[in-house]
Amino acid sequence: MNLLDVENLWVKFPTRNGVFDAVRGVSFTLGQERLGIVGESGSGKSMTGRAILRLIRPPGQVTAERIAVEGDDIMAMSEKEMRSVRGQRISMVMQDPKFSLNPVMRVGDQIVEAYAIHAKSTKADAKRKAMEMLEAVSIRDPERVYRSYPHELSGGMGQRVMIAMMMVPDPRILIADEPTSALDVSVQTQVLRIMDKLVQERGMGLIFISHDLNLVSSFCDRVLIMYGGRIVETCVADKLHEAQHPYTRGLLNSLPRLDVKQERLAVLERDATWRDTDSVSGAR
Amino acid sequence: MNGISVKNLKVWFGSGKDRIDAVKDATFDVPKGESFGLVGESGSGKSTILRAITELAPNWSGAIHVAGKTLDHTRDNEFYKTLQMVFQDPYASLHPRHSVDQVLSETLYLHGFDNIEKRIVTLLDDVGLGPSFRFRYPHQLSGGQRQRVAIARALAPEPSFLLLDEPTSALDVSVQAEILNLLTDLRAEHGLTYLMVSHDLAVVGHMCSRIAVMQLGEIVEVMTAEDMRAMRPSHPYTKHLLEASIGYSREAAADIVA
Repeated sequence: MNLLDVENLWVKFPTRNGVFDAVRGVSFTLGQERLGIVGESGSGKSMTGRAILRLIRPPGQVTAERIAVEGDDIMAMSEKEMRSVRGQRISMVMQDPKFSLNPVMRVGDQIVEAYAIHAKSTKADAKRKAMEMLEAVSIRDPERVYRSYPHELSGGMGQRVMIAMMMVPDPRILIADEPTSALDVSVQTQVLRIMDKLVQERGMGLIFISHDLNLVSSFCDRVLIMYGGRIVETCVADKLHEAQHPYTRGLLNSLPRLDVKQERLAVLERDATWRDTDSVSGAR
Repeated sequence: MNGISVKNLKVWFGSGKDRIDAVKDATFDVPKGESFGLVGESGSGKSTILRAITELAPNWSGAIHVAGKTLDHTRDNEFYKTLQMVFQDPYASLHPRHSVDQVLSETLYLHGFDNIEKRIVTLLDDVGLGPSFRFRYPHQLSGGQRQRVAIARALAPEPSFLLLDEPTSALDVSVQAEILNLLTDLRAEHGLTYLMVSHDLAVVGHMCSRIAVMQLGEIVEVMTAEDMRAMRPSHPYTKHLLEASIGYSREAAADIVA
């Protein structure tokens, strides 16, 4: 069984000039794999991630034929039932730890809180679990980090704390929205390795949202390419460079290359028909 | 020497026990007409070098020469006519309540140009924006268009040197390609000299002929773009940066996190 099934997902925002469709009829499935979603800003990739957790605020609307986590339909759940899904079964790592951690709460307490909401445990037990998680994300001095406030941590540390926080309830699915784009390359590699290990060891499903084609191609198993709220192409990640769709090709060609000299970079010529073509299915 | 020459540059912030040495003994030369890159991770001091050249970071010692002149701690109008800077974030570097016309005419006026009308039209044309953009405000522009306005602003005093501080890192890759092409064209047309800072090795490798790699305030290596393309680093840190920017591999990651 798939960890996640998404069928015909739409995200709409009413505006003064009519309804804006941020996501337009996207379908895909997720197994125990690293699924990448790539696209430019405004392609609907982050909205897709948020819609799965039903985190789109009104007046935004989410409709879907079906969004199911291990067979349970999320769309039919009450807000109360959703709270037991968020964190426990699906959790999300955001782009910037600066804006996503509570600035006036010690890091340790935030991790304990994430755990305590879902598990009935003693305080000492929760703390032990939190320390374990900090160690699991390769933080060298967990005792000190546990007592720190977010502003006392570097970007990479903050991002690892956030991953620890998201992993402590042991979710089945992790949605990571640009988890490394605020980080330096060497810290990026560390964070990716931690997520990679968690997917391998715990059999999790990972949705990795990114604008970085090279990174997605080397890190993920499978990739969905989004344009204008639709999936225009899907492919095996390490075959991304053989992608066929003119949009994907255009994106790849516009990247400066490290290995060959180019006089000019190819400029992406957008085609109006890309927007209107139906979404490709992202099922496995 | 009529390019940019930096010798034993030290830049620091704070004093006493809070003193942080952001740049330690940086030395490099950028001959006129060359495009030179500075790469490194955040906090390595690459942007700070640009800020010392423009006196935005006033605590520096060592020697900086630009176009044959030795710089002290004052910068006159004449200096900013020779050298201009383009900043990283086009969302932050343009005044939200000044229209494109105001941004450009103010710069031209302050530098004592006449024929401001005609110059604005030419500048907008130079950066690939039509006259229809002239009376727009920054919020009416996309990220790429804003960066074009920022480049037009920098070109207004007709400088021969441009300092580029991560000019495309806030932009999508397709827009990045357009801006990099624009910068390449402008350099050819106006005979500009670039000093460009980026964390993206592929971008610097594409734009520059020589690249200085920085780590913790020090230049660890100056390499040519050919050496970079052929993956011939001489310093282990450069090797590490190059490997990390190719993409993720389990083997390489295992080496880093011991």
